Amino acid sequence: MFFKYLWRELAKRRKQTTLIASGLAVAIALVVVVAGVSDGIKQAQSQALSGLYGIGTDLTISKTQSFTPGQGGQRFQFGASGGTTTSSKQTFNRSRLEVARGSATLTQAQVDKVAATSGVATAVATLKLNATTFNGTLPTFGFNRGGQSSQSGQGSQSGQQGGNAFVPPTTSPSTAASPTASPSASASSTTSASTAPSGGFDGKGGSSFSITSFSVEGVSTSVTKVGPLTAATLTSGRLFTAADASKNVTVLDASYAKTNSLKVGKTVTMGGTRFTVIGIVQSSSASATTPSNAYIPIKIAQTLSGSTSAYTTVYVAATSSDVIDSTKSALQKTLGSTVTVSSESDLAANVSGSLATSSNLINQMGSWLALLVLLAAFATSILFTTSGVNRRVREFGTLKAIGWRSRRIVVQVMGESLVTGILGGVLGLALGVGAIAIINAVGPTLSASVSSGNFFGGPGGFGGQAMQSGQQSGSGGPGFGGPGGFQQQASNAMNIVLHSSVQPWMVGAAIGFAIIGGLLAGIFGGLRAARLSPAQALRSLA
Amino acid sequence: MYELTNVVKTYKSKRGPVTAMDDVTVSIADGDMVSIQGPTGGGKSTLLQMLGGLDRPTSGTVELDGERIDKLGDLALADVRAHKIGFVFQNYNLIPTLTAQENVETALVPLGLPESERREKALAALASVQLADRATHLPGELSGGQQQRVAIARAIVKEPAVILADEPTGNLDEATRDEIITVLENLWREKGITLVIVTHDSQVARRAKTHLRIEAGKVSVTKK
Repeated sequence: MFFKYLWRELAKRRKQTTLIASGLAVAIALVVVVAGVSDGIKQAQSQALSGLYGIGTDLTISKTQSFTPGQGGQRFQFGASGGTTTSSKQTFNRSRLEVARGSATLTQAQVDKVAATSGVATAVATLKLNATTFNGTLPTFGFNRGGQSSQSGQGSQSGQQGGNAFVPPTTSPSTAASPTASPSASASSTTSASTAPSGGFDGKGGSSFSITSFSVEGVSTSVTKVGPLTAATLTSGRLFTAADASKNVTVLDASYAKTNSLKVGKTVTMGGTRFTVIGIVQSSSASATTPSNAYIPIKIAQTLSGSTSAYTTVYVAATSSDVIDSTKSALQKTLGSTVTVSSESDLAANVSGSLATSSNLINQMGSWLALLVLLAAFATSILFTTSGVNRRVREFGTLKAIGWRSRRIVVQVMGESLVTGILGGVLGLALGVGAIAIINAVGPTLSASVSSGNFFGGPGGFGGQAMQSGQQSGSGGPGFGGPGGFQQQASNAMNIVLHSSVQPWMVGAAIGFAIIGGLLAGIFGGLRAARLSPAQALRSLA
Repeated sequence: MYELTNVVKTYKSKRGPVTAMDDVTVSIADGDMVSIQGPTGGGKSTLLQMLGGLDRPTSGTVELDGERIDKLGDLALADVRAHKIGFVFQNYNLIPTLTAQENVETALVPLGLPESERREKALAALASVQLADRATHLPGELSGGQQQRVAIARAIVKEPAVILADEPTGNLDEATRDEIITVLENLWREKGITLVIVTHDSQVARRAKTHLRIEAGKVSVTKK
């Protein structure tokens, strides 16, 4: 009798049933779409971050940056025989591999502590470096190269007899490094500093300098499950093996290799050492690059940069996603406040672009909108159900008169509401899944730019700039402004196609909301029916 | 069967309290056929509701087979109505979405009978009011007289001790009125149930053995 009565009533009140179910369906569809898109955006963020931090990385650890005031910029110093001299010019070349000034490194002991922390499944440490090459061409100055240097002023090299020092002054170039020969300075020189330079790169006494810089990362050759290369795809050659640990071999980022016309088998000089290219890797996103331009074995990186047992970043994979937060807390406690431990959600703040905008939109406005619509659907369901009970006063009064208990009538009303709610839930789920399928078919593209925010040294930076100065009459050597330090910012800009998905929990949540909506309506309607006095119910219809 | 003693029923209204039953003392014997008449608003339906346990008196006692039904809780009253009392209403009060047979079965649902037994009894009750051939029809497909007969079948299917009919012919034409009253009378005779009919119709009232007249809350009794 229960189900028969239930189905007949729902069928009879088709319009009301459809209205309530539709209201719930729209609300639930919105919840499913918001959840699906939010999930898709999270996946996109992970993809953006994995391009920088690798797949499988749950936590990253780095030392908080420090900058010593007055530290000044990079210096390239050349001794008397530091370059190659011809009759018309002197050429200089220096290649350096180093952790940029002001950057902080982690010690082996700290890395060991990380690996030993509960919740850490895998920990791999890398060393991020900068490979800088200075190339310069100077004219002949007419210096008595056996005598004193005529260069004076701030930033002058000290202690180098007969040498040429090209020291970027820390103040304005116009006030520094413009040699003004003091009468006493070059007494022994037979050609005074007042002689205009000649030769040089242009044959007229001009100077030319270029500084090229690219990022290098020392990586483990044995642990490959975690780290910056996990998100990269090998496009030619091979990746590192354990046997490469002490070899001068390198894996290059595809964009960098292409720009510099490098391929497998060729060599690259880093820190004055030739490295053989063994592989080329491509970022998971076609529009992005891998975190560094070149990758070399960690031990080689440490040796060449003079940073033995030093690391700049530790990539950590947790034993399970449930323990990420507790592991993060444990690591922060173990390593102290000078070290930064970041999870993916912390790093998500580094994502900018339309991906970040969409994330904010969905998480804030989308979630609230879905909640409001859901509440409105619940309220509508309750109102319609209660109104339906009011219209059935005679019916319920009669049933009570012939002996039906209030409880039985309440169950009847709740059953009708629950079925309506479930109908709305199923319809809503279908609508939501359909909407997500449409979104995926359209495939909106989101731009994402991710920065790790590591800034080394002072402001400014060089990237392969060539600096040339013309002949300066009445002056000696060239002076060039010296912005200090280099900027090493790991960044990754890419376009990601949004792919939303329907997770099992969303299906459960949709049905759950539907049931809640149905139950709420049934409770309110049932209470109304239970409070009906049969006498009043029958009397009201007399 | 029934003993009402000093029953008072007062309702609250915006214009002050309204006394529907004023110190009513009346007895209804087992197996009697009783008519209740009186002007509109005189308290007829209130008296019927007291007898049916649908309402409680403001004061006084209502006994059914020696049991104080005015003191029973809602659940106990529902059980009494389920087992002992059958109702027939002026507007038939059938469930519009259930068939004639299913409407009759609703009276057996509180008794917890298995479905097959319910179905069997319902068909038998419909047969006793000559409506077995309309068992699968919805109320909307039946005439007024047929609907009232379904209502009567619903009232008698549980073999109650008493049937309370509130204006059972009020919405029917003359011919159908006679038909329905004849059905009720025959059931009263055959089954020995107590039948109480509230009616405006003197033709209907004439058929009863005992007449109660209630006016301004006061009851007078006439026996044939």
